Amino acid sequence: MRQPVKDIMVGDDYASKFGFSSPEEYYFRAPKKGLSHELVEMMSKMKKEPDWMREFRHKALDTFWAKPMPTWGNQEALGRIDFDDIYYYIKPIEQMGQTWDDVPEDIKHTFERLGIPEAERKFLSGVSAQYESETVYHSIRDEISKLGVIFLGMDSGLMEHEDIVRRFFGTLIPPTDNKFAALNSAVWSGGSFIYVPPGVHVDIPLQAYFRINAKNMGQFERTLIIADKGARVHYIEGCTAPVYSSSSLHSAVVELIALEDAYIRYTTIQNWSNNIYNLVTKRAIAYKNATVEWVDGNIGSMLTMKYPCVVLAGENARGEILSVAFGGTGQHQDAGAKVFHMAPRTSSTITSKSISKGGGRTTYRGWVKTTANAEDVRVSVKCDALILDPTSRSDTYPTMEIGNPKVRIEHEASVSKLSDDQLFYLMSRGLSENESRVLIVNGFIEQFVKELPMEYAVELNRLIELEMEGSVG
Amino acid sequence: MENKNISPLLEVRDLHVEVEGKEVIKGIDLALYGGAKLALMGPNGSGKSSLSMALMGHPGYKVKSGSIILDGNDITGLSPDKRAKVGLFLAMQNPVSVPGVSVANFLRAIMKAKRGEEVPIREFREMLVKAMGLLEMERSFANRYVNDGFSGGEKKKLELLQMVLLNPKVAVVDEIDSGLDVDALKIVADGVNRITGENNAFLLITHYRRILDYIRPDGVVVLMEGRIVASGGPELINQIDRQGYDWLSAKTA
Ligand SMILES: Nc1ncnc2c1ncn2[C@@H]1O[C@H](COP(=O)(O)OP(=O)(O)OP(=O)(O)O)[C@@H](O)[C@H]1O
Ligand SMILES: [Mg+2]
Repeated sequence: MRQPVKDIMVGDDYASKFGFSSPEEYYFRAPKKGLSHELVEMMSKMKKEPDWMREFRHKALDTFWAKPMPTWGNQEALGRIDFDDIYYYIKPIEQMGQTWDDVPEDIKHTFERLGIPEAERKFLSGVSAQYESETVYHSIRDEISKLGVIFLGMDSGLMEHEDIVRRFFGTLIPPTDNKFAALNSAVWSGGSFIYVPPGVHVDIPLQAYFRINAKNMGQFERTLIIADKGARVHYIEGCTAPVYSSSSLHSAVVELIALEDAYIRYTTIQNWSNNIYNLVTKRAIAYKNATVEWVDGNIGSMLTMKYPCVVLAGENARGEILSVAFGGTGQHQDAGAKVFHMAPRTSSTITSKSISKGGGRTTYRGWVKTTANAEDVRVSVKCDALILDPTSRSDTYPTMEIGNPKVRIEHEASVSKLSDDQLFYLMSRGLSENESRVLIVNGFIEQFVKELPMEYAVELNRLIELEMEGSVG
Repeated sequence: MENKNISPLLEVRDLHVEVEGKEVIKGIDLALYGGAKLALMGPNGSGKSSLSMALMGHPGYKVKSGSIILDGNDITGLSPDKRAKVGLFLAMQNPVSVPGVSVANFLRAIMKAKRGEEVPIREFREMLVKAMGLLEMERSFANRYVNDGFSGGEKKKLELLQMVLLNPKVAVVDEIDSGLDVDALKIVADGVNRITGENNAFLLITHYRRILDYIRPDGVVVLMEGRIVASGGPELINQIDRQGYDWLSAKTA
């Protein structure tokens, strides 16, 4: 079978598979750690941005400073972030590559070890690879670009399609949305820009891969995807980082715009090392008859706070948020979903599966709101938590605000422990205790896994297997 | 070979078992030799399933004293997977469901565990198709999740399918006949018959004579309140079928 990441063997840990590092070489690095208007000015100048973007950044920085920290999530871990001890901009190479041969050897080698070029050859429509702050490699298949599909790094997107970017950038997630959205808006760099013209279907996924290599680094990519009327696109993102004792910050902003009859699926396999703060804002808007699906897998990171959102703005729009969170030792996955029903006959489905193990924590935080005009709305929320041992923890905070009585709501939540009878059943057939646990857990998340392209499904099952290794019982 | 015939495949010595602090098996001795098919009968709650769980090593069924010897190995303290590796199998009365795990993936995993290496996909398919054919099972069955939403009869068939694939030395089969229609009963019995031979042994827990008419055990033991109260040949089965167990309890009282 084909896998984007090669040679994963049971028993090896994250460090050897994904957690390796390369020497910290770069073309340019912010002269010092910490945030300032000078830094923002310099970044914007280096990127040769239009004035409106430069001003947007400066304003966002002031917003960041003015805003309090989020009052939800893991206060204790958030409190440990030292914003003065972070490099906010590291440009690894002077120029982005169009072929892998244009990419410097050690960076290319990193992505080869992660299986990216191979995946690209085999089953993707286009690939974008980000290293530290910049997109270092970018390509799209000819037949896709011939259809008028634009798939660029966000910086190039701004240069080449300023009109589209200006129209949509920051409209769903303004800098004032939350402190980390403000931070991203001030120092954003990299990410993807995608535009799919009316009626064009990109059914083979486009993929972006994000890699943080440096210590004490902040990565702030910015992604904007626009599916025009009747267009379809599937975008996949993956991410990893070396294992260091000092922490790094990843704070992305992702905006998806699905115009009438459009379809966007956004799949994430988040596998940051356990020293990364992953504080991400993701929001989508679906117009009439449009569909947006967030398929969100959180396996790695120290603390993730992320609640993908769909705003259902037109009649018959549909939103789906399907997520899996794995909270292992030293991890807290504070994830969830938000849906705003702002038009009649809209429907949403939220399915959240979380697993906690080895003292890890998972939190589901959900918010579903329907406005007064949103009649005949359908909402389905299902949250299942599996707790693998007594030291682990799971919490659920669902909120519903219903503004119109003509609504059909289904809500189910369950918290379960690993069942002794299931374990006994599987072990009685010759499977070891750990093999049995892996099988039960993979079964628990099957609903999620079956939505992934086959290669990623295999990969996710193996990641779970890795996470389940050791420290059992 | 000689030795095999004289030492039993399964030997249970003075076994005492507790569940939830209550003694449910109160001193049982049993010996099953290669080629044996022994029926285990007894009223509801007499301890038949508890015995089978203790044999397989369910952590809730604690062996207080006595020992379990499988093919010369003392397995009394082993975990269930180790017992399976030595060659013990238990077809359970109420197998649990494992949602999200397909029958095919599950069977492939247990075949791998048995063999110690991955079974090539083609070979696995052939084995599966053959075994499912034997039990007259629909192909689509392999795509369903293990016991999830299965009918009573379907659960029994999946237990048997695993038994056929694992080909154990000793199989304890707990009420494989309950919930089966007449046709399914015959198929299941045929399945058991087909894998019995000189080198393995069966302990068949049942309430009904009908399956025994097909499987034809060489003997029967009767369990009441955690003790073996009678044992005999096929004629004892007929007597129980006609008279129930009261006469036995009267005898032991
Ligand atoms: N997990 C358990 N927890 C508590 N009590 C149990 C448990 N399992 C068995 N018992 C008790 O042990 C006794 C024997 O039960 P067991 O299931 O072994 O009987 P059985 O002979 O298999 O009955 P049946 O013919 O109804 O299947 C009963 O009193 C039962 O309630
Ligand atoms: Mg029973």
